[in-house]
Amino acid sequence: MSRLMLLGDEALAQAAIDAGLSGMYAYPGTPSTEIMEYIQSSPDAAGRNICRDWSANEKTAMEAALGMSYTGKRAMVAMKHVGLNVAADGFINSAMTGVNGGLIVVAADDPSMHSSQNEQDSRFYGRFAMVPIFEPSNQQEAYDMVFDAFEVSEKYRVPVLFRITTRLAHSRSAVQQREKLPQKEFSFPADLRQFVLLPAIARRKYKVLLSNYESLAGDGDYQKANWYIDGEDKSLGIVACGLAYNYLAENCKGRKCKYPVVKIGFYPVREDLLSRLQAECDRILVLEEGYPVLEEMMKGFPSLNNKISGRLDGALPRDGELNPNLVAKALGMESAYGIDIPDIVMKRPPSLCKGCGHADMYNALNEAMKEFGPGRVFSDIGCYTLGALPPYDAINSCVDMGASVTMAIGASDGGMFPSVAVIGDSTFTHSGMTGLLDAVIKNAPVTIIISDNSTTGMTGGQKSHATNRLESICAGLGVEKEHIRVINPLRKYHGENTEVMKEEILYKGVSVIISQRECIQTAARRKKKEGEKKEK
Amino acid sequence: MKNDIILSGVGGQGILSIAAVIGYAAVENNLYLKQAEVHGMSQRGGDVQSHFRLSDEPVASDLIPYGEADLILSVEPMEALRYLPWLSENGWLVTNSNPYVNIPDYPDSQDLLNEIRKVKNNLIVDADTIARKTGSIKAANIVMLGAASHFINLPWKSLENAVRKLFGRKGEDIIELNLEALAAGRDQYKA
Ligand SMILES: Cc1ncc(C[n+]2csc(CCOP(=O)(O)OP(=O)(O)O)c2C)c(N)n1
Repeated sequence: MSRLMLLGDEALAQAAIDAGLSGMYAYPGTPSTEIMEYIQSSPDAAGRNICRDWSANEKTAMEAALGMSYTGKRAMVAMKHVGLNVAADGFINSAMTGVNGGLIVVAADDPSMHSSQNEQDSRFYGRFAMVPIFEPSNQQEAYDMVFDAFEVSEKYRVPVLFRITTRLAHSRSAVQQREKLPQKEFSFPADLRQFVLLPAIARRKYKVLLSNYESLAGDGDYQKANWYIDGEDKSLGIVACGLAYNYLAENCKGRKCKYPVVKIGFYPVREDLLSRLQAECDRILVLEEGYPVLEEMMKGFPSLNNKISGRLDGALPRDGELNPNLVAKALGMESAYGIDIPDIVMKRPPSLCKGCGHADMYNALNEAMKEFGPGRVFSDIGCYTLGALPPYDAINSCVDMGASVTMAIGASDGGMFPSVAVIGDSTFTHSGMTGLLDAVIKNAPVTIIISDNSTTGMTGGQKSHATNRLESICAGLGVEKEHIRVINPLRKYHGENTEVMKEEILYKGVSVIISQRECIQTAARRKKKEGEKKEK
Repeated sequence: MKNDIILSGVGGQGILSIAAVIGYAAVENNLYLKQAEVHGMSQRGGDVQSHFRLSDEPVASDLIPYGEADLILSVEPMEALRYLPWLSENGWLVTNSNPYVNIPDYPDSQDLLNEIRKVKNNLIVDADTIARKTGSIKAANIVMLGAASHFINLPWKSLENAVRKLFGRKGEDIIELNLEALAAGRDQYKA
C-alpha cells in the first residue's frame, strides 16, 4: 500500500474512499473545504462512482448524507464548525433516529479564527447530541480513525462526529494507506419506522441513545484511542486531547514525557483513565485545542477540584489556538525566542483583488447611499465582507450566512429606511432565499443587492448553486419583475449603476439588484483551462 | 538532523510551490516531514506563511516553536521580517528584495533592506531580475529556493528532481527554465 503526502483534510477524504464510502456531502467552509475537493478530483472516487456534489448548505448536506445512510451505504458530510450550527437540527435528530450505513459528520473547528466568525468547539455538539467523537492528533490517526468511525457508527447505529481543527486540516504529512474495503450493498433499514421521530417512537429511541452513550464509555474497541502513558514524576499529570498531544511531545526530550499522560482521541472518555491520573498525580494539566470541555468536566461545578489546571485558571490562555510555546509555558519550561518583529513591519490584511466586481458594486452603492448617511447596509459572509474595511467602509454587519436579508427586514420593522442588504450569490442560495420570502410576504421596504460573482469565492472558487438562476429564483419567490434589476459592475457603468441603486433603494417594497460579473480569479482559471483544452 | 523552515510571502505569490519542491525532495530522501499551510481568508492578498519541518525522526508539532527556525525563506522583504521571533540564533534569513505593495502604509524599501541587514545571517536576492534573465519572472520563487538551498539539508540532485516533478506536465522548456532559475539562485551565495 502506498504512502501519500496528505493534508489532514485529504487524509480523511482518502480514508473515507478506502473505507467504502458511497456518498460525500458538503458545503465549502475553511478549514473543511479540501475534504470534498479531494474526493471530487480523486480518480479512486470516480472509479467507485462516489456521489460527491456540493450541497446548497450544511443542513441539506447533512440530511442527504443521512439519506445515503438510510440505504445502508457509508456516507460522510463535512463542514466548518459554524456549518454545524446550520446543520444542527438534522445532526441532533440523526442521533435520535440512528443510522443504517455508517455516517461520519466532520466538523472542522477554527481556533484563533483564522477564517471564521467565532471559535466554537464542536465537541460540545457531540456531547449535546450524545454521539461518539473522534479527535485525531495527526494525519495518520485521522486516516486510521475514519475506519474505526464507520465501524462504531454501524455497531451502535449512531452518527459519529469527527472533530479536527485548522492546524491538522491544513498540515501535510505522510500517511500510510490501507487495503481498500468494498462499498456497502443497498439495504433498507431493518425497521422501516427507525427514522420516524413521532413522540412515541422518539421516546423509545431516546432511551436507546442514552444507554448506547453509556456503553461507548466502556467499549474497549474504541477506547483504544485513549491511553495512559506512565511517567516517573507524579507531581503533575497531563491530559492531552487531539492535536494538543503534539505540542506536549514537542516539549519532551526524546518525545518521552516525565509526567504521566492520558492521550485522548475519543469521547466519551473512559472514566478510569482520568480517575487514575487524578489519584496518582498532585496536579493535573488539561491541554485541549478549543474550549475547556474536559477541563470543566474534571473540575466539576462549583469548582470542586482545585487540582485541575488549564484554560480556566490561566495556565493556558482562555482563547485562541495552542502552540508549542504556550504548552511549554504551562509546563513551566523556558523556550527560545528569535528577534522581535521590527516596528517597520505593517499589517497586511486580506483585500479584494484588483478588478473585483464587488469593489465596483461598493463604489456605486456608497455613492447611492451618500445622501442617507452611514449605518444602513447589512451584509454577509464572503469576499464581499472585505467591503467593511477601507477604502469602502460600506457595510455594517457580518453575522451568519443569510443574516443580511433578515436583519434588513427587522431593521426596517424598527423604523430604518432605507434598509439595504448586500449578499453573495452562494450565500444567497445557502440561506438568503428563505429570508427573501419573508420580505416578500410582508412586502418589507428593503433592497437586497446580490453581488453575484458566479462562484463561492472566499473558499477558493467552488461552483455556486446560484449561477444563472438568481433572476428566476427571486421572481419565483415573488419579487416583482420590475424590481429585479441586473447590473454589470464595471467602472464604465458606474453612473448608470448608481442610478439603478438610487431608484430601488427609494422603492417602498422589496427590490433586488443582481450585480453580476464573474470573479476574476475564477475567470482566469476557467480561461486557462479552456486554453489548455484547445492546445490538446 | 532537523531542518525547520518558515516560508513566507503574500497570498497569491505562490509559496506553496516552493513547499511542494522541498516536499518532493524530502520524500525522495525518506525524511519525516510536516508542513502547515495557510488556506482561506489570508490568501486574498494578506500575509501567508508555511511552517515546514524536516527531520530524520518523526516530527511532533505541526508548528515550529519560537527561536527554532533554521531558515526563513521569504519571497517578499517585509514578510521576511514578520517571522523573526521564530528565527534561531544561527538561523538564516533569505529573502527576495522586491516589495509587493498592496497596502497604503507600505514602508520605504531601503529602510526594509536595512532592517533585514541587521539580522546576523541574511541573504538578500533580487530574484525578479534573475528570473527575468532566465526567461520568466514566474520563476522568481525557484530562484529563491536555489538561493536558500545552502541552508536546506537536502541533496542538490533531489531539489533538481523535485523541480522536474513539479513542472513535469508543463514540458521540457519550462522544466529547463526552472532548473536554470534554481542554479542561478544557488550562485547568489558562496559558502
Ligand atoms: C455556515 C457557514 N458555512 C460556510 C461558511 C464559509 N464561507 C464563508 S464565505 C463563503 C463563500 C461565500 O460565497 P459567496 O456568497 O458567493 O461570496 P464570494 O466569496 O464569492 O464573494 C463561505 C462558504 C461560513 N462562514 N458559514
